[in-house]
Amino acid sequence: MENVVCTFCGSVCDDVQFDTQQYKGKKFCALGMSKFSAKERIKSPMIDGKAVSYEEAIDAAVDILVNSKKPLLYGWASTVNEAIRVGVILTEKLGGIYDQCSSVCHGPGVLSTIEEGLPGGTLGQVKNRADVVVFWGSNPMEAHPRHPTRYSVTAKGFFVKDRKERKVIVVDVRKTKSARLADEFIQIKPGYDYAIFSALRMLVKGEEIEAEEVGGVSVSKLAELAETMKNAKYGAILYGLGITQSRGRDRNIENAVKLIQLLNRYTRWIIWPMRGHYNVVGAGEVPAWEVGYQYAIDFSRGYPRFSPAEFAVSEALLRRDCDAALIVASDPVAHLPKKAVEHLKSIPVIQIDPFPNMTTLISKVVIPAAITGIEAEGTAYRMDGIPLRVKKVVDSEYWSDEKILHEMLKRVEVRMGFS
Amino acid sequence: MPIEVEIITGRTIDQGRTVEEKLSEEYFKAVSYCELSKDDFEALGLNEGDRVKIKSDFGEVVVFARIGDLPKGMIFIPMGPYANAVISDDTDGTGMPRFKGVKAIVDRTDEEVKRIEDLI
Repeated sequence: MENVVCTFCGSVCDDVQFDTQQYKGKKFCALGMSKFSAKERIKSPMIDGKAVSYEEAIDAAVDILVNSKKPLLYGWASTVNEAIRVGVILTEKLGGIYDQCSSVCHGPGVLSTIEEGLPGGTLGQVKNRADVVVFWGSNPMEAHPRHPTRYSVTAKGFFVKDRKERKVIVVDVRKTKSARLADEFIQIKPGYDYAIFSALRMLVKGEEIEAEEVGGVSVSKLAELAETMKNAKYGAILYGLGITQSRGRDRNIENAVKLIQLLNRYTRWIIWPMRGHYNVVGAGEVPAWEVGYQYAIDFSRGYPRFSPAEFAVSEALLRRDCDAALIVASDPVAHLPKKAVEHLKSIPVIQIDPFPNMTTLISKVVIPAAITGIEAEGTAYRMDGIPLRVKKVVDSEYWSDEKILHEMLKRVEVRMGFS
Repeated sequence: MPIEVEIITGRTIDQGRTVEEKLSEEYFKAVSYCELSKDDFEALGLNEGDRVKIKSDFGEVVVFARIGDLPKGMIFIPMGPYANAVISDDTDGTGMPRFKGVKAIVDRTDEEVKRIEDLI
């Protein structure tokens, strides 16, 4: 039995164990348990469905990439910072587009951070201090199952000692599993988050609202929520895709941040996104420290440009603005709008992934990778930006993402005449 | 009679548990359904296991129907290829498609639910 760090969701649980002989996990949630269990793998590198060596597959991939005018290098949320770093450099050398899963997940939160900043705190702060926790459009019971017990609901902290000392509120358009563990569930109309944040800002300031309800919630209920927020010792809004993927998108979060800024005139509040994949934070932080931007970055002019309206994966594909794609640790065929997938199907695709998925079915070159956190090591950022070292505990024939990408980069540099 | 609904998509435990086994029967089961409110389910004359066709401005898809704890006029589809056949690809310049809050029409159908491989 080895102590390991879970590489499924953004909670990156570092208190779990893995039996390398039985290939079974201990202390994991259902999601982590599935991650740390045996499942079907891509058996060997392939070109057009035929088994080849790693070297041959990498050569074929490099051929596609150097002959492409503008390749899209997408994915990155389920691999480690070391691999992502090579991916960013590779995109720059190729003059391509770097984008990552945030662009269909928490990307709008990046846009709102650019506008308003992010008054945040770590999960440790939430566990030890937060006496009011609001899950807004987030559903940890299904997306981050151990988050409530480790940090945000039943966690026993230094100042907030148990569940009775913490008020948990869920704001959502439907009664999720998380709503059932809350002290209070506030059901809102879809697409009205922005209006409700505005109403709360008015109520916190003591202004009157000349309406009986906002977004399906009575003003008296909202006034109660505003009071609860003002009276918290340390509050946290932990938001999810309910507000990033619905009407308003980045503006919803911007308005929520303005509410938090206002609440900080009275008491201490933070706001933080419930990030999905275990290193989706790294998929943004690494390009940010390499080239200045988190996602939707185009290098075709020889310098990095950030523009989600043009270079986010959906936009780049919908406008057919890329002529080849390298997909790393992701499955865009399953997770992008159907129309965006249409273009992906018409260009040569290279995939690097441990597991066969829908993108495998359309890929010309498939390169299997070691499972990071089990067969390969590296550094990942937990959802709150805390870096954690994920381990290699099982030997494998599979190459790590980092090694595959390094080999690609070396060959691209030779082919393109970089010294 | 078809009904008008608003589509919400999102994660579920089963979708998450099977997300690294996309070509498996378990993943198919985890993502190829939609939940409707009891009222809407009954209004369409559905029984558990029946299929519905969902049509939006962005496409159409056939999925299995279930009763969920939802307000009338809202359906929930787990995130994945079935949901993505009908959600909005318009990003309003943000790069983010609208995965939640898309208007659609739902009706009972005898058409089969496509297999994952056949969706491509």
